[in-house]
Amino acid sequence: MKLTLHIWRQEQGASTGAMHTYALTDIPEDMSFLEMLDLLNEQLMKQGERVIEFDSDCREGICGQCGMMINGRAHGPLKHTTTCQLYMRSFKDGDTIYAEPFRAAAFPVVCDLKIDRSAFDRIIGAGGYVSVSTGQAPEANSIPYAHETAEAAFDAAACIGCGACVATCKNSSAALFTGAKITHMALLPQGQTETAARTQKMVAQMHKEHFGHCTNTEACEVECPQQISVLHIARMNYEYNKASLLHK
Amino acid sequence: MDAKIPAGPLAEKWASYKAHAKLVNPANRKKMDIIVVGTGLAGASCAASLAEMGYQVKSFCFQDTPRRAHSVAAQGGVNACKNYRNDGDSIYRMFYDTIKGGDFRAREANVYRLAECSQQLIDQAVAQGVPFAREYGGYLNNRSFGGVQVSRTFYARGQTGQQLLLGAYQALMRQEAAGKVQLFTRHEMLDLVLIDGKAKGIITRDLQTGAIERHGAHVVVLATGGYGKMYYLSTLAMGCNASAIWRAHKKGACMASPSWVQFHPTSLPQSGEHQSKLTLMSESLRNDGRIWVPAKQADERAPNDIPEAERDYYLERRYPSFGNLAPRDIASRAAKERIDAGFGAGVMKNAVYLDFSKAISEQGQNKIAEKYGNLFTMYQRITGINAYRQPMLISPSAHFSMGGLWVDYELMTTIPGLFALGEANFADHGANRLGANSLLQASVDGYFIAPYTIPNYLAGELQGGKTDTDHPAFEAAEKAVRQQLQQFLQSKGQLPADHFHKTLGKILYDYCGLSRNRAGLEKAIREIKALKEQFYHELCITGNERINTELEKAGRVADYFEMGELLCHDALTREESCGAHFREEHQTPEGEALRDDENFCFVSVWEWNKGEPVLHKEELVFENVKLSVRSYK
Repeated sequence: MKLTLHIWRQEQGASTGAMHTYALTDIPEDMSFLEMLDLLNEQLMKQGERVIEFDSDCREGICGQCGMMINGRAHGPLKHTTTCQLYMRSFKDGDTIYAEPFRAAAFPVVCDLKIDRSAFDRIIGAGGYVSVSTGQAPEANSIPYAHETAEAAFDAAACIGCGACVATCKNSSAALFTGAKITHMALLPQGQTETAARTQKMVAQMHKEHFGHCTNTEACEVECPQQISVLHIARMNYEYNKASLLHK
Repeated sequence: MDAKIPAGPLAEKWASYKAHAKLVNPANRKKMDIIVVGTGLAGASCAASLAEMGYQVKSFCFQDTPRRAHSVAAQGGVNACKNYRNDGDSIYRMFYDTIKGGDFRAREANVYRLAECSQQLIDQAVAQGVPFAREYGGYLNNRSFGGVQVSRTFYARGQTGQQLLLGAYQALMRQEAAGKVQLFTRHEMLDLVLIDGKAKGIITRDLQTGAIERHGAHVVVLATGGYGKMYYLSTLAMGCNASAIWRAHKKGACMASPSWVQFHPTSLPQSGEHQSKLTLMSESLRNDGRIWVPAKQADERAPNDIPEAERDYYLERRYPSFGNLAPRDIASRAAKERIDAGFGAGVMKNAVYLDFSKAISEQGQNKIAEKYGNLFTMYQRITGINAYRQPMLISPSAHFSMGGLWVDYELMTTIPGLFALGEANFADHGANRLGANSLLQASVDGYFIAPYTIPNYLAGELQGGKTDTDHPAFEAAEKAVRQQLQQFLQSKGQLPADHFHKTLGKILYDYCGLSRNRAGLEKAIREIKALKEQFYHELCITGNERINTELEKAGRVADYFEMGELLCHDALTREESCGAHFREEHQTPEGEALRDDENFCFVSVWEWNKGEPVLHKEELVFENVKLSVRSYK
C-alpha cells in the first residue's frame, strides 16, 4: 500500500519540534507498524538524513517500551494493543498517518517520538512494593489465598508501564497506572500490611510528578494494552480515603 | 580450568560454601561500590539484594526503565522442586532432569545448587507479591513443561517473566528510593576497565546525551543476558546484545561453549524479508497443544480440511513417552527435519501446526482461554488467525544462549572481580536448557548466590579504597571507546547496520543453526570475515554522536561479527552432537544426536587472542549421575 506519513521531529527536549511529511510505497499488510518505520528510516539514511528516533524493544507487546500517538490515538487505532503489535493490515492504501510522541507534562520529549517516563519509576519507588528483603520470605504455601484473589491481583499487576493511559487522558492523569499497582498489592495478604502508607506515598508522588487528576472519562481503559480496569482507580480512591481518615 | 567447586558430597557443597564464605562487616559494606550492568531478573535481584545488605550499588540498563529488561517476555513459568503435587519430585530429581536435559554437559555442583535454591525462590517471589496461579483451595498451582515427568512449573498466566521481573524491579526501586542504588537508565556499557588485572569499572555511553562516562567500583557484575539476537531473527528484544560480555571477553574474560544456542520450537514463522523478530509462543502451549504436519508433502489443504488419518503427529510418533513435551532441542530439530523434508505448512512451507482442538473439546474453550488467553490474542493480532478455530503455525527460532562468559562456582569470570550472572554466563544448562529453568537461574544467581560469593571476594578488597577513575586504565579505555564511535560516525558507506545484521543472521541460521557440518561452518567463518570487512567500508550512519539509534546498532553488530566467528569456530571444533549442538557428521542411523563422552566431556573455554581463539578445557566430572544416552522415546 501507499502511505503519507506526518511524523513529529524534535532534535531534543529543549528544541522546537514540527511535523515532517514522508511518502512510502509498497507497504505489505503483514508488516508491523514499527517495521514500516524501520523501512522509512532505511530510506532516510540513504538520503543522508538523521533517522526518526522511536522506542521499542521486545516487539511482542510486553515490555512497554514502545508507544506513540497514531492518528491521535495512543498506540494507534486498535483497542488494547501496543504500537509494536499494530500491523499494517489496520490501514488501507492511500491512508495518511500522523505519528506523534505521547504528550504529558510528566513525560518530556527526549527526541522525536522518544519520551521520558521515569516519573512512573519514581511512583513505584515511593511505595509500589512489598517491603521484604531477600531472605525474609516464609514458606510460599504458608499463606493460602483464593484462586479468584490471585487472578484479580494478576489483572491489576499485568500493567506494562507503557504510559498510554496518561497519553490518552485529557488531564494526563496517572491514576490507572498508580491505581493498578495499589490494587495489586492491596488484594494480596503479603501487601496488605503497608496498604495505607503505600497509597498515600504513591498518590503524593503522582501529584509531585505533575500528572493531572482523574475525572472518570475512562478513556485509559480503552487504550490500555492489558485492559486494566478503571475499577482500580475507584479502589485507589477508596484506599486513599480510608488511609486519610484512619491513619493520619 | 579450575571451577573452585567445594569439596564434600554433592548435597552439602553449597551449605559448606556458605558456612565458610568470608563476610564483610556492615560498617565496611557502605564503603564498597558495586556496578551491576543489566536490570533483568539476574541484575535487578542482585542489585537489590546487595543494596539491602548495605553495599553501594550502581545499576545500569540501556532501556528507558529497568522494568523493560527482556526477562519480562518469558511467558511459561519458573521451575521449583517444591513437590507440592506429591508426584515424586525432589532436589535430586530436578538436578537429574536438568543435567540430562543439558545432555550431560553442565557442571554437577552448579546444577544441584540451582535445584536446591529453587524452593527459596518461590518463597521470595510470593512474599514480593508475585500473583502465581493458585488452586481453588488457595494453594499454589503447577503445570508441567518439556523434558520432565513431574509438575514443578509455577506460573502467572502467560506472563510469569513479567511478574517475576516486576518483583525484582520493585525491590530495586525500593532501594533506589532509599538511596542505596543509583540508577543509570539509557546507558550502555562500552568497555570494562581493569586495574592490576582486576575488574574496577566500566566505560558507558549515555544514550540520551551521548556523554561518555567513567564509573569505578570494587566489583563489576554483568547480568546482560544472552546473545541470540546475533541471529537477527530471534525471540529476543531489538536491543538485546552481546557487547558487554564480548568487550569483557576481549579484556580477558574467557567465553564458554558459545555455540550452544537454543532454538525455541514454538515461535511464529518468518513471513517476509521485512520482519524484525520472531515472536515466541510459550512452550507451555505444548501441554495442551498437539504438534503435527500433513502426512503428505506439499499438502495445499487448509489444516481443518486434513482428516485425522492424514496428519503426522511426529513428536508423538518418534518420542512416545514424552510426545509433545519432548525437550526443546529435540522438538526443534524434529520440526526442521519435517520442514526440510517438504512436509512444512503455511504459505512459505516453513512451519508446523500446533493444534488445540482436542484440548478445547476436552476442557472447553474457557479453560484454555484462562490458561493461554493472552497468547491466543497475541497470535491473532500478528497473524489475523483465530487459534481457537484452527491450529497455530509455529517454527523454531533462535532463543536462548546456554553458552556465555565462563564462570567458576562463585559465578566469577576469569577476570578477578568480574562476575557474570543469569543468561550472560554459561554455567547451569549444559548444551540445552529446559523450559522454565531460565527465569529460575537468573533469579537464583541474583538473589541467592551473588549475595554470598561477591562479599567473599570483597572481603579481600577492603584495603584498596575507592577506585580512582583518573587512573590511566580508565583513560585508555575511554579513548578506545571514543575512537570506535568516531570511526562509525565517519563511515561514509551506503548500507545500514541492520543490513549487515540481517546478512550475518542468515549465515548463522544456515550454517551454525539447528544443524551444523564442517563444510558449512568453514564457509560461515569465511563469509563472516568478508562481511565484517565490508561493514567497515560500506556502513552508513547518519546523525551525530548524541542520541542515535544507528550508532548503537553499529557497535553491537561490530561485536556480533567477532563473536559469530567464535560461535562457528566453537561448533567446528566440537566433533560430537550434544543438546542444541547437532553436527550432521555425528548422528545415529535414526537421526538422533550422537554424543562423544570419551573425547568431548568438557566445556570449551575460549580465550581472546586477536581473533585466533585459544582453547582451554573444563573437564566435566560426573560423580553422582551415570552418563547415559539421552532418550525421550
